[in-house]
Amino acid sequence: MDTMRDEKRKAIPAIGFYPQEEISTGTTLIAMEYNGGVVVGTDSRTSAGSFITSRATNKITPITDNMVVCRSGSAADTQAIADIAKYHIDVYTMTENKPVTIYRSSQIFRQFLYNYREQLSASVLVAGWDEELGGQVYAIPIGGFVSRQRSTASGSGSTFVQGFLDSQWRPNLTLEECKAIVKQAVGLATFRDGSSGGVVRLAVINKAGSQFELFRPDKPGFPFVQTPTPHLSFPPHIEQVL
Amino acid sequence: MSSIGTGYDLAASTFSPDGRIFQVEYAQKAVDNAGTMIAIRGKNGVVVVADKLISSKLYTDNANPRMFNVNDNVGVAVAGNYPDGFALKNYAYGEAMKWLKDYREPMPIQNIANSVAEYIHIHTLGISRPFGAGAFFMSWNKQTGGRLFLVEPSGLNYEYKAWAVGKHRQAAKAEIEKLKIEELDVNQLVKEAARIIMVVRDENKDKNVQIEMGWVGEQTNGKYEEVPSEVVTAAEEWAIAKLDEDDMDD
Repeated sequence: MDTMRDEKRKAIPAIGFYPQEEISTGTTLIAMEYNGGVVVGTDSRTSAGSFITSRATNKITPITDNMVVCRSGSAADTQAIADIAKYHIDVYTMTENKPVTIYRSSQIFRQFLYNYREQLSASVLVAGWDEELGGQVYAIPIGGFVSRQRSTASGSGSTFVQGFLDSQWRPNLTLEECKAIVKQAVGLATFRDGSSGGVVRLAVINKAGSQFELFRPDKPGFPFVQTPTPHLSFPPHIEQVL
Repeated sequence: MSSIGTGYDLAASTFSPDGRIFQVEYAQKAVDNAGTMIAIRGKNGVVVVADKLISSKLYTDNANPRMFNVNDNVGVAVAGNYPDGFALKNYAYGEAMKWLKDYREPMPIQNIANSVAEYIHIHTLGISRPFGAGAFFMSWNKQTGGRLFLVEPSGLNYEYKAWAVGKHRQAAKAEIEKLKIEELDVNQLVKEAARIIMVVRDENKDKNVQIEMGWVGEQTNGKYEEVPSEVVTAAEEWAIAKLDEDDMDD
């Protein structure tokens, strides 16, 4: 596979060349149902090892007017799968002359993620709205197991916010409440997870379609995290120079 | 068919000069000459009834049924050449199983009908002989109500409120049109359908016949089922009484 000669395989950090590292979205993805649809939120970091390949990636990929897929894992694999699944969903929409349900779309994603599970490193959240079941979130982790979730987090940053999400979710959230929780969760995860960062992207999917929002750290609305201030005089026998 | 004998009817791969495919038309005749089969969509379900010729007294009861489940919710009733119909039912069943595996949900009736129609149509292109059978597909659920499709040997696929195929289809359709089928529930439909099958029968020719029925509706909870034999018998008795009554009036 790799035709590069051994002596040329050394990393050159100065120009960001890390030949052995796969480019991946070591990600934070949050998705949550509210009373009229779903809200999804992501960070925007794409890295190759310790190098940040992109700090403003869009990990929320639109599939139809009423459905998005949030991608995590190998950037190449998830982009390819999103493209292929979108193609299939578009063809079914045309031949059957009506929209493909979110559930069936999640099963189409599953086909690829399961059939090629040995070769792929990809995990997605399929989120959308349809006439049959309203707002829906389907989580598909690496093996291709599909489960419907009311609130879920995925990617490397997810471990830091599971408890937060459990404490915040309740039935019949309003849009504004749900957006606030999702944004806060992405902010918290991004703060603690080294592989997540950059901006926060939100998408709201409901009957009206999809609305996308961006929150930058240098603009109002970014979810900054307030941590306890450290004790500066520790250990006590050493004089601190301030 | 004045063009018969001119060599344009020897294969389905040949068009006649006026744009017809005789092999496909002959295949349609296999359905047209078969026992009458009618299907009616009513207020809360769909009923299908077939008049079946019992060609030997040695057959076991209910041998060689013409009605089957494609999945829990969709029924198929085949008319015409029996082995061809059986093959169609097997194909539909296979497609429904594939759909279930791929999408983890039952295959919708529209997709089943389309897929069988496409399969039948491929057999009209001259690769092999066409199917000498047609197939009714029926389903019912709360969201869509009753649905009824017929796929013909040409690959034609239409959705109907009610339809009839087979020997006495014209008379049967005329009888159906006299009913307000939208207002009838499946229990009434079963009776009326039995009556229509009996009234269109040719007393002299149609002997050793038996009625077979299938239904899907609110009372079967959206599942396609064979109509229980007591219900069929009751419908036949009702129909005979009704026909006698009508004769008295005349």
